[in-house]
Amino acid sequence: MTELVSSLMIVAGIGFYLAGSIGLLRLPDLYSRLHALTKADNLGLGLLAAGLALHSQDLLVAMKLLLVWLAVLAASAASAHLIARHAHRQEAGS
Amino acid sequence: MLTAQLLYGLTGCLIVALGLRTVLLHASLLHRVVAINVLGAGVFMILVAIAYRGPGVPPDPIPHALVLTGIVVAVSATALALALARRLTAEQSND
Amino acid sequence: MNTTGLLVFDGLLLISIVSLAWSALASPDARRSVILFMAFGLVLAVAWGRLLAPDVALAEAAIGAGLSGALLLVAVGEQSNRALQDNALRVSERNALRVRATLQWVITILCVALAATLAWALVHALDRATNERLAQIVSENLAASGVSNPVTAILLNFRAYDTLLELAVLLTAVLGILALGTARPDYQRTGPVFDGLARWLVPVLILTAGYLLWVGAHAPGGAFQAGATLAAAAVVLRLAGERSIGLPQAGALRVILAAGVGMFLVVGLTLLLLGRPFLGYPPAWAGSLILLIESAAMLAIAATLVLAFLGGRPPAIAVNEENNRC
Repeated sequence: MTELVSSLMIVAGIGFYLAGSIGLLRLPDLYSRLHALTKADNLGLGLLAAGLALHSQDLLVAMKLLLVWLAVLAASAASAHLIARHAHRQEAGS
Repeated sequence: MLTAQLLYGLTGCLIVALGLRTVLLHASLLHRVVAINVLGAGVFMILVAIAYRGPGVPPDPIPHALVLTGIVVAVSATALALALARRLTAEQSND
Repeated sequence: MNTTGLLVFDGLLLISIVSLAWSALASPDARRSVILFMAFGLVLAVAWGRLLAPDVALAEAAIGAGLSGALLLVAVGEQSNRALQDNALRVSERNALRVRATLQWVITILCVALAATLAWALVHALDRATNERLAQIVSENLAASGVSNPVTAILLNFRAYDTLLELAVLLTAVLGILALGTARPDYQRTGPVFDGLARWLVPVLILTAGYLLWVGAHAPGGAFQAGATLAAAAVVLRLAGERSIGLPQAGALRVILAAGVGMFLVVGLTLLLLGRPFLGYPPAWAGSLILLIESAAMLAIAATLVLAFLGGRPPAIAVNEENNRC
């Protein structure tokens, strides 16, 4: 039962990553591409981490995965902000 | 001989060839530094592939130690190469 | 274990590794090449994990992809700033490439021949019965080495000479970097978003570095990964526009840079004076001695990588040298 749930979560996470990659390739604008990528980072990694934590059935591993997810969340949000701000300033300047 | 060893080892050889060709032919210094790192990565892949013993079996730790040393030496060589390139560009633009 | 599934995974992983390497090397834009190289390094770390090499995976992610990528990106940024100012450099580079047009085919064929020779040697080496002599010696003596992680035991005990010389290579590189120029100018103070990220990321990175150093004795980790994480903390501080990034002042900096090789020599010579072979740890003290050497090595590696990111002599050292000129 736990195996089934964790496998479903991992597949769903991979689905989000797929959506993010398609968005990166197909969306027209820098800002919309950033939007698609951060969705992959947030929910995709979260589902992946949750599925792996369930699979491992170890509290310490689950806590480490949670920490990894939080760190990636913060880092990707900050870098998306920095990229978008830089692009906006470049457009406004020229 | 395991399939994984063969696959990863041959890919390592391919990456060594790719990196070496770019080191010798590309004009830009920065591309050459990246190519040397890729060349190193190919060599590491061959080493780690040789160390692999199978899915549940503990691998041979000695090539791992060699690769670890190699990674650190590669980054220090990259750092020195970049410092040299920076000084070279500064000298050339002063002439 | 589902072997077909694993084979499919291996195939996909290897295809992405080769295509990333190809794109990184074939791309004409230097910045794109460096970013693809960082992606190549990260996917390579996944490959190390798949080949059951977690120590190597940690080192590749931290040093190979992370810090190498940061060094290269900073160099590319500088280069593009300068290239905007003088086009003469680019013209001369274009000339250099045209001259070698006829030689390209010869070199390509030679590289393919080298790869084929390597592949032939690899297949032959793997075909013979695996000689487990060295690996057996390692596992037999692991209990007496003072640590239970075989890679750490090899690096810090069985092949300690190699690690000593590796730290000497690091020291040589940083001496070259210090001699070749002064550090790059400071960054501007960043906005609230990155500042907030740096505020909690840097303590977590320092804590993680200490954890990696400690856990290297019985799990994947060790001095090199810890030193790279510590250097990453300093790089984050520098990117946030901080003036002081934790790098000690001139005299203490020199001591720390030499501490990697120095601690090895101190321990080795003390053991020599006590009648044991050079770096022949007594089994009861091996664990503590390894931790001592690894701590010094971690600090030296971190300082070296930070100075590499800075690009040269930090301003404090430059000022001191001007004052000492006689």
